[in-house]
Amino acid sequence: MAHTSVGSPEQYNYAIVKKFAIMALVWGVLGMSVGTYIASELAFPFLNFDIPYITFGRLRPVHTTLVIFGFGGSALFATSYYIVQRTCQTRLWSDFLANFTFYGWQVGVAGGAISYMLGYSQGREYAEFEWPLDLAIAVVWVSYFLVYVQTLRRRSQPHIYVANWFFMAFILATALLHIFNNLAVPVGLFTLKSYSLFSGAQDAMTQWWYGHNAVGFFLTAAFLGMMYYFVPKQAGRPVYSYRLSIIHFWALIFLYMWVGTHHLHWTAIPDWTSTLAATFSILLLMPSWGGMINGIMTLSGAWDKLRTDPIMLFLTTSLAFYGMSTFEGPMMALKSVNALSHYTDWTVGHVHSGALGWVAMVSFGSFYHMIPRLYDTKIYSVKLVYVHFWLATIGIVLYITSMWVSGIGQGLLLRAFDDYGNLAYTFVESVSFMHIPLVVRALGGAFFVSGILTMAFNITMTITAAKREQAAIEAKIAAKMANA
Amino acid sequence: MMKHESIETNAGLLIVLTLFVISIGGLVEIVPLFYINDTVEEVKTAEGHDAVRPYTPLEQAGRDIYIREGCYLCHSQMIRPFRDEALRYGHYSLAAESKYGHPFQWGSKRTGPDLARVGDKYSNDWHVQHLKAPRSVVPESIMPNYPWLLENDLKYSGIAENLKALKMTGVPYSLSQEEYDANVARFGAEVADTLDINNAEANLMAQAAKGNFDGNPNRLTEMDALVAYLQVLGTMVDFNQYDESYFVNFR
Repeated sequence: MAHTSVGSPEQYNYAIVKKFAIMALVWGVLGMSVGTYIASELAFPFLNFDIPYITFGRLRPVHTTLVIFGFGGSALFATSYYIVQRTCQTRLWSDFLANFTFYGWQVGVAGGAISYMLGYSQGREYAEFEWPLDLAIAVVWVSYFLVYVQTLRRRSQPHIYVANWFFMAFILATALLHIFNNLAVPVGLFTLKSYSLFSGAQDAMTQWWYGHNAVGFFLTAAFLGMMYYFVPKQAGRPVYSYRLSIIHFWALIFLYMWVGTHHLHWTAIPDWTSTLAATFSILLLMPSWGGMINGIMTLSGAWDKLRTDPIMLFLTTSLAFYGMSTFEGPMMALKSVNALSHYTDWTVGHVHSGALGWVAMVSFGSFYHMIPRLYDTKIYSVKLVYVHFWLATIGIVLYITSMWVSGIGQGLLLRAFDDYGNLAYTFVESVSFMHIPLVVRALGGAFFVSGILTMAFNITMTITAAKREQAAIEAKIAAKMANA
Repeated sequence: MMKHESIETNAGLLIVLTLFVISIGGLVEIVPLFYINDTVEEVKTAEGHDAVRPYTPLEQAGRDIYIREGCYLCHSQMIRPFRDEALRYGHYSLAAESKYGHPFQWGSKRTGPDLARVGDKYSNDWHVQHLKAPRSVVPESIMPNYPWLLENDLKYSGIAENLKALKMTGVPYSLSQEEYDANVARFGAEVADTLDINNAEANLMAQAAKGNFDGNPNRLTEMDALVAYLQVLGTMVDFNQYDESYFVNFR
């Protein structure tokens, strides 16, 4: 497919998309590097260097915040602003508010990372932002909602395209989750410290309702929105099934909200909530695979593109990982499997097969499609896109397999008994066992980081070249005007 | 029958229906837990007082440090009802045992062992040495060293404000005489004294002086607070008093 210009600067607000896309890459490089570093700390604890700010406990929320909200969030802002304009064929509403979402979001992410290193944390996973940042994020989010809805309302198409349903559900659900999960009492107006409003069992339920739906809506529904635009575009084919997209959209957003409690199997919560969550987790397999099938089958009739188009390779592989991790998830949500897998690295591996395999890969593919179009140019090097693809894929495979070994291994060691019915292994023996898998995992992370560094180089060269071309054209025009 | 097209062409309808659909799961699973009394067990001491009490000022200061350092990212505080966990950690955790935990610290990962019942298992000296240099007592450990806990003086001047904030979330610390009396009836006089916000600082210093958790009686360090917190974990409920079938009723 030839690269064509996709609209003049007046027609669409591309400046905001460019800013978010670049920051997504910046946060991606930083967040994944921090991830690789803390993975190395677990393999070689001397890397903590007795420095409070960089110990595992403080850097881990830095890693999750930078990759989920910095990289993932910025990628979603970029692509959703791009997609809503393209599919509604209208310019984004309010440049001012759109810019506000940009600066607000970046400050929120950076503020979070710095505050955790300094020791300010709400102490709840993926919701570690202290209360002033939570309030700021809420304001940014409401602005995002306004920009999005107002742009939808001025669409010049009667239909709202399916990608936008997913983005809308993501924006609404994230608002709901963020607000209810972060209800807290600040110690004072001039301190960062606060205590969560809920405690114990209720706090756990609220937190995992949030935690799992951060996965469900932030890292799944929204990235499906991305998929529904870029896969058909890159394949040059319409979405495989319109009907399937309707069914799996409503089923997905309904079912996800029930399953958070599978993070609390066998804990001190009432058993019925746990059972409900396990049941709905199994049901969730169907809409998840509905999305995967709809995405992959969009390629039917264009399978040959997998041989010639590295962007298609990224997008299709991301869907394959999506399918795999949404199968693994329901399986791990079964109480008997969870009894072994919970508290182990298996969970960590599962998250990363979704986060690296699905979320990051679909973002990379989308960016390789979108960024050259934003700058009205071609990618600097297609070969480097292939290099990135293989670095990333090898990295993910190393990551997931080592975590299976580590997680399942630890789970089995800890539940082993000797002939007399005593525990066969001490806890720390399971820690020793995990050393080699932890080293391999860090290596997998290093592969993945090299991949995104390759991408950052490729994109930088692309943008520089585009700017040079643009300047040359402008100079030519100026010269012609002067001669005339 | 309504066609899906009417939703696809109406942003308002799409938003309203989406909100409706995503609200149901949370409403059904979470809201009842705030109203069903069985969610949190009733656990009494032999004298008829509440067995689980709010943390003392020193313990709460330690808990704040536990959260600051992100301990929850590698240690759970939730023992599951399995044979291996019973042998390794003790009786499975009750909801009641974390009812004053704002936020909960059940955790999701055991890079290190569960800490729900670590209290009274090791000496203070062991904890201090282990936090300072984990590999000096457990050679295979991969835990970071926390030497600064011994070097940093505990900042406790704001402890009363912290307890006031916790009181607003519903933890029964007392400010008025009336609240104090209610605590005496509920927890006994000895515990009620430690929950009095008006004496929070004095109580904190008294407990640190008496316990000498960090092994250095001349200084009040962050180590004092953290070890005081670790030493109380899982020690409030005396399981010998109960028939096992009692707690099963609450699951």
